[in-house]
Amino acid sequence: MLSRVAENLYWLSRYLERAENMARLVNVNANLLLDLPPEYRPGWLALIDITGSRELFDAREKRGEERDVVHFLIADLDNPGSILSSVSFARENARTLRDVLPNEVWEHMNELFMEIKEKLPAALSKRSRFHFLQRIIRGMQTLTGELEGTMSRNDAFTLLMLGRNLERADMTSRIIDVRSAQLLPADAPGFQPFETIQWLNLLKSLSGYQMYRLSQRTRVSRSAVLEFVLRDLQFPRACLFCLKEVEHFLRALPRSAGVLGSLEGACSFLDRATLETLDQPGLHELIDRLQVHFIVVHEGIAETYFPPSAGSSGLQVQFSSEEHQKMPLSSGAAAI
Amino acid sequence: MSINWTNYCASGLHDELIGPGGGARVAGRALIRHLSELGSQELGVRQQAAELAIKVMGVTFTVYHEQGGSIDRAWPLDIIPRIISSREWNRIAAGLKQRVGALNHFINDVYHEQRIVKDGIFPLYIIASSRNFRPNCVGINPPQDCWAHICGSDLVRDKDGTVYVLEDNLRVPSGVSYMIENRQVVKRVLPELFENTAILPVDDYPSQLHETLVALSPRRERLPEIVVLTPGIYNSAYFEHSYLARQMGCELVEGRDLAVQDDCVYMQTIHGWTRVDVIYRRIDDDFLDPQSFRADSTLGVPGLMRAWAKGNVALANAPGAGVADDKLVYTYVPDMIRYYLDEDPILPNVPSWRCAEPEQLEHVLAHLDSLVVKPVDGSGGYGMLMGPTASQRERNHFATQLKASPRNFIAQPVITLSTVPTFVDERIEPRHVDLRPFILSGPKTYVTTGGLTRVALREGSLVVNSSQGGGSKDTWIVDIEA
Repeated sequence: MLSRVAENLYWLSRYLERAENMARLVNVNANLLLDLPPEYRPGWLALIDITGSRELFDAREKRGEERDVVHFLIADLDNPGSILSSVSFARENARTLRDVLPNEVWEHMNELFMEIKEKLPAALSKRSRFHFLQRIIRGMQTLTGELEGTMSRNDAFTLLMLGRNLERADMTSRIIDVRSAQLLPADAPGFQPFETIQWLNLLKSLSGYQMYRLSQRTRVSRSAVLEFVLRDLQFPRACLFCLKEVEHFLRALPRSAGVLGSLEGACSFLDRATLETLDQPGLHELIDRLQVHFIVVHEGIAETYFPPSAGSSGLQVQFSSEEHQKMPLSSGAAAI
Repeated sequence: MSINWTNYCASGLHDELIGPGGGARVAGRALIRHLSELGSQELGVRQQAAELAIKVMGVTFTVYHEQGGSIDRAWPLDIIPRIISSREWNRIAAGLKQRVGALNHFINDVYHEQRIVKDGIFPLYIIASSRNFRPNCVGINPPQDCWAHICGSDLVRDKDGTVYVLEDNLRVPSGVSYMIENRQVVKRVLPELFENTAILPVDDYPSQLHETLVALSPRRERLPEIVVLTPGIYNSAYFEHSYLARQMGCELVEGRDLAVQDDCVYMQTIHGWTRVDVIYRRIDDDFLDPQSFRADSTLGVPGLMRAWAKGNVALANAPGAGVADDKLVYTYVPDMIRYYLDEDPILPNVPSWRCAEPEQLEHVLAHLDSLVVKPVDGSGGYGMLMGPTASQRERNHFATQLKASPRNFIAQPVITLSTVPTFVDERIEPRHVDLRPFILSGPKTYVTTGGLTRVALREGSLVVNSSQGGGSKDTWIVDIEA
């Protein structure tokens, strides 16, 4: 397989996964706001920070109200992390991949892209937003199923799985981060009753509530949920599960020793973390550091299998270690 | 509502489906009967279904957009097919094979002894002034002495029913993928017709192309590594490049995926660098190798020409094949057939005046209002003068150009292209068509079953190019004896 094609497959898969998770992110926040008493509602700006796009958003000179943020995250083409951008990038990548993707997958993807663009205005109205986002999630899940069911387990499939699982791990960590946003005063008086609601919501946003129940059989508690979404080895959206998937697929590729080393680092970092005693800032920091590990793994994959970056897109990962500044979503569109 | 063919007016034209008396031609009888039964309303429903299928299948072509970007347009297809009887087609196919055979002899001769010049059949000045003659191809012996492995020739039928060859595209002709996809779509939306008619299949082309390319490989001992070289996603024919790579199961590469080391070509893969044997290139000569041609090309591969000249990689079509893709050279093809093959041409050229020859130029200048003037290296229908419809100013402008650079133009009478019933605005009306079959040359010669029929969708228009509002039709070769 061509290195350039490998890169495009990897990013196609990341963008699809990202669009789905961005939809989950917006949905979980909307639900959370409905469940919390007004004085504790963290508002929408937290999502901007979590997706690492504060600078970009501030340049819009918008007030940070629901409508502004939702538009920015769903429909803003100048925001490379928006659902619309992700879907557009995915389509650009897919266009270069028609010779390796199963025809049915391409046809469905094309249909889905057209539908998303067409129904975008609905996404901006509060009433129809949930349905729109649900449609995206379902569409992406269907695509996932079609890939599983029609694609040979060849190098192309491996690259798709690498992209998907790394992006999923990253986005799960960001969705967890919604909970650790500074605006949420976990120890504020009278907040405790709502604590459980938050974690319940988090599980639901990852379609993980049922699976959590089956595996944990305890009441929904902060540390148990964190354990589940970060370290579960059976739930497919848990960070460690995703990393193990990355490992599995890397082993199918030639010349993967170096990347496997970085991956091992990420896994053992997760393994060693003590989740029970973690306070909000501690969780926030843990996720920051976890995301650095994801970036290192990504860079290892890119260096080993992709063309030298001179040939790839100008959108490069910009990591800032500045406190409370999340790293932006990394991107690498089809180098055109 | 059934369709009343008595209102279908193709008077003074040759219609491919409806005869002069208003009745269906033999090969089209079943189709016309079926269309009449369907009625125009149902036909509209089927047309919409076809457009939806094309959208969903992602059959597109790219048009350059004003703002420097480019957009993907759904491929325009009219569902009423164009029909040719297999008996007529066999004669046309034989004519095409003959023609491409002679053209390959000619190209090989041009880059070697130039016997045709020495024997006084073909004038040297044309080669000397050719924009597509490549001096660095002189003396090179590509496999099987074949240069133009893939040729797309444009055929037109005049009002008296004669089929002419309008031009031969020997550089990077495109359209074959649409020929195949058109059939897929029409099979989806008019399935009942295929049950009752012997329509010859068209989807054999990719495997024939693959066979042609395999035969070019410099290495015999193993499965050759074949790649399709594309300028990239924004090229107007990118869909086709990707389509053919997919159908042949080979890599679709861009110049930046390839590198030349020790005069061999390699591509960068996840396993490292892999040797490439055959390149089906869809990039013009000019951009193929910045070391040999345009230095500013970023689409090509530095050193590619050297690797090809040494025989370490095969290129299809061979560099330099475009020397025969020149409308002035075209005027000599019947002579080439007689000279190289000692045969009479089966298919005629459109009668042409060579502006490079003073007496002929004089005739052209005197008859500008009745002729079509074409640049010798133009394509896509650009840069032409349609004498009868042009303004006096345009004609004057062309007269100046003709006198200044006569080598660059030929002139032809206006051919009133034949028509095919076409679904326009809920009605069926005659629209002009041409036909582009594709010919593969190698150890054996293969001609597509029919080809891509292009149709001018505007009333009275003779411009069929998709970049200028043309559409397309499925083309049926029908075995009426069966």
